[in-house]
Amino acid sequence: MTVAIHIENLTRRFNDLVAVDNISFDIEHGEIFGLLGPNGAGKTTTLSMLSTMLKPTSGSATVNGIDIERDEDGVRKSIGIVFQDQSLDEELTAWENMDFHGRLYRIPADIRKQRITELLRLVELEDRQHDIVKTFSGGMRRRLEIARGLLHHPSVLFLDEPTLGLDPQTRNHLWQYIATLAREKGITIILTTHYMDEADRLCNRIAIIDHGKIIALDTPKNLKDGIGGDVVTIRSPDPAAIVAALAEPWISRVEQHNDEVIVSLKNAEQHISTIVTLLNTKQVPIESIAIHKPTLEDVFLSFTGKTIREEEADHKTNMRMYQKMVRH
Amino acid sequence: MDIIYTIWLRNMKRYIRSKSRIIGSISMPLFFLLFLGFGLNSVVQLPGIGGNYIVFLIPGMVAMSVLFTSVFSGIQIIWDKQFGFLKETLVAPVSRLEIMLGQTLGGATTAVLQGFMILILSLFIGLHVSNPVGFLIALGFMIMIGISFTAFGIAIASRMEDMTGFQLIMNFVVFPIFGLSGALFPISSLPAWMGPVTLIDPLTYGVEGIRYGLTGVSQVNPLICFAVIGVFSIMMTVLGAFLFRKIKF
Ligand SMILES: Nc1ncnc2c1ncn2[C@@H]1O[C@H](COP(=O)(O)OP(=O)(O)OP(=O)(O)O)[C@@H](O)[C@H]1O
Ligand SMILES: [Mg+2]
Repeated sequence: MTVAIHIENLTRRFNDLVAVDNISFDIEHGEIFGLLGPNGAGKTTTLSMLSTMLKPTSGSATVNGIDIERDEDGVRKSIGIVFQDQSLDEELTAWENMDFHGRLYRIPADIRKQRITELLRLVELEDRQHDIVKTFSGGMRRRLEIARGLLHHPSVLFLDEPTLGLDPQTRNHLWQYIATLAREKGITIILTTHYMDEADRLCNRIAIIDHGKIIALDTPKNLKDGIGGDVVTIRSPDPAAIVAALAEPWISRVEQHNDEVIVSLKNAEQHISTIVTLLNTKQVPIESIAIHKPTLEDVFLSFTGKTIREEEADHKTNMRMYQKMVRH
Repeated sequence: MDIIYTIWLRNMKRYIRSKSRIIGSISMPLFFLLFLGFGLNSVVQLPGIGGNYIVFLIPGMVAMSVLFTSVFSGIQIIWDKQFGFLKETLVAPVSRLEIMLGQTLGGATTAVLQGFMILILSLFIGLHVSNPVGFLIALGFMIMIGISFTAFGIAIASRMEDMTGFQLIMNFVVFPIFGLSGALFPISSLPAWMGPVTLIDPLTYGVEGIRYGLTGVSQVNPLICFAVIGVFSIMMTVLGAFLFRKIKF
């Protein structure tokens, strides 16, 4: 495996704000790599630096072995990018948008024509190729942008929220293209998304980024395993009592989120009756109880504590509960 | 060259499709020509300039058409910025200079085409072009005005975040440039103290150049006109290219 992207202590500040804070990692050739994080985490800023649109404040990175600061054009030639915000010329047709791109990347006329036809067919826009983009739906525009990003056969493709705001069917469709492309053409793909189930299904590895920092980086499987088994969610009028009651060695983690208690443990199906019995003997009331396999959603929550941050007071009780439990 | 052509081509495609804009921007100079021209033709005496006000006004209206269209074409970059299309261009492995030059030539071409339409329409209301060389001279000046002010528009657009400042630029820069240029009246008819002001207005030389080409008479030596507007268009292109290089996205 060769390294497609190498990032070393990359940092970007906007005045006082550190949008990207000293991140370092490598992305292998042919990998589909996901950047996950809440709004304002620094995902777009990271992609902007890697695509030479934004200068890093400090640190360095290479794309296909080319330094992003020393050889901007070299990097630009080898990457394709689909921006978070739309970037088509609405007054031009789908074909003309593609043609403009092909000419900018100096693709010879005959090859250009052939590839445009091929790609428009791939994203199922050949029927609409001579229509003005203004008349396109959001999904059609996105597909056109992805096709355009591939026109010059980049070896690295950046996709910034490629499916944001699209309906589930279109999203599925798009991800299928992307997965097929990565496989068939051996393109390295770096994507950001808010849809974590999609990231889970598609990405070989995922980096969770929050406040500009990488707080976790691994395969989806390892990230989910890190949770410590299955996830049991117990609703109760007295969640604190549950946290106290469940201080057992076979439970890997107990956390309170508002009126819910989230319990992580291995083989939850086998232990569920023990949990219910335990809570019954301690006379803790239960409203509902649910088991699910861990998702990236759970990973995300456990790393970023998003709901915790929403309510500071809650956060403090939670911390006390957790400490009590550990001391027990 | 390919890249400049690509950017130019896009401008042309957009221009041809914007029928309402084409009509909209020839309507004002046409309106001026018909109402000012016919209205004032019998009232205004222009000693030493042929005496016919309409014929005097035509070059001014051609210049006006080129001026406004080109400033507007340059400013269009702001729309590209807001609609996100500028990113697509800027992230490509091409130099900013090529993009800027393509945009300038595209804007200048549309502006000259707009001016040309006024010129053609003017043939029906009293313009006689007897000398094809004069016609080419007028065309040359139109091109230089087009280049100058598209580049000027690009320079402005490179420093503006959105269209809010646009009206300010129109009112305090473009309209004065137009008003002081001698497009509507002979510069010699102004009070003496305003003479120098008209002579620092670069458009004065453009208007006088076109006037020389179309009517054979001008108040400023055509060679001086050529030198001034030529240098001005180079200066604006350099300024536009410089500011465009530093555009943020
Ligand atoms: N040009 C800029 N000037 C000032 N601050 C900026 C600029 N661009 C981004 N930021 C700030 O940097 C931080 C990271 O922004 P970024 O766009 O990278 O987030 P993101 O992870 O892409 O978020 P989202 O999911 O909403 O797209 C934010 O706080 C944002 O306000
Ligand atoms: Mg973003």
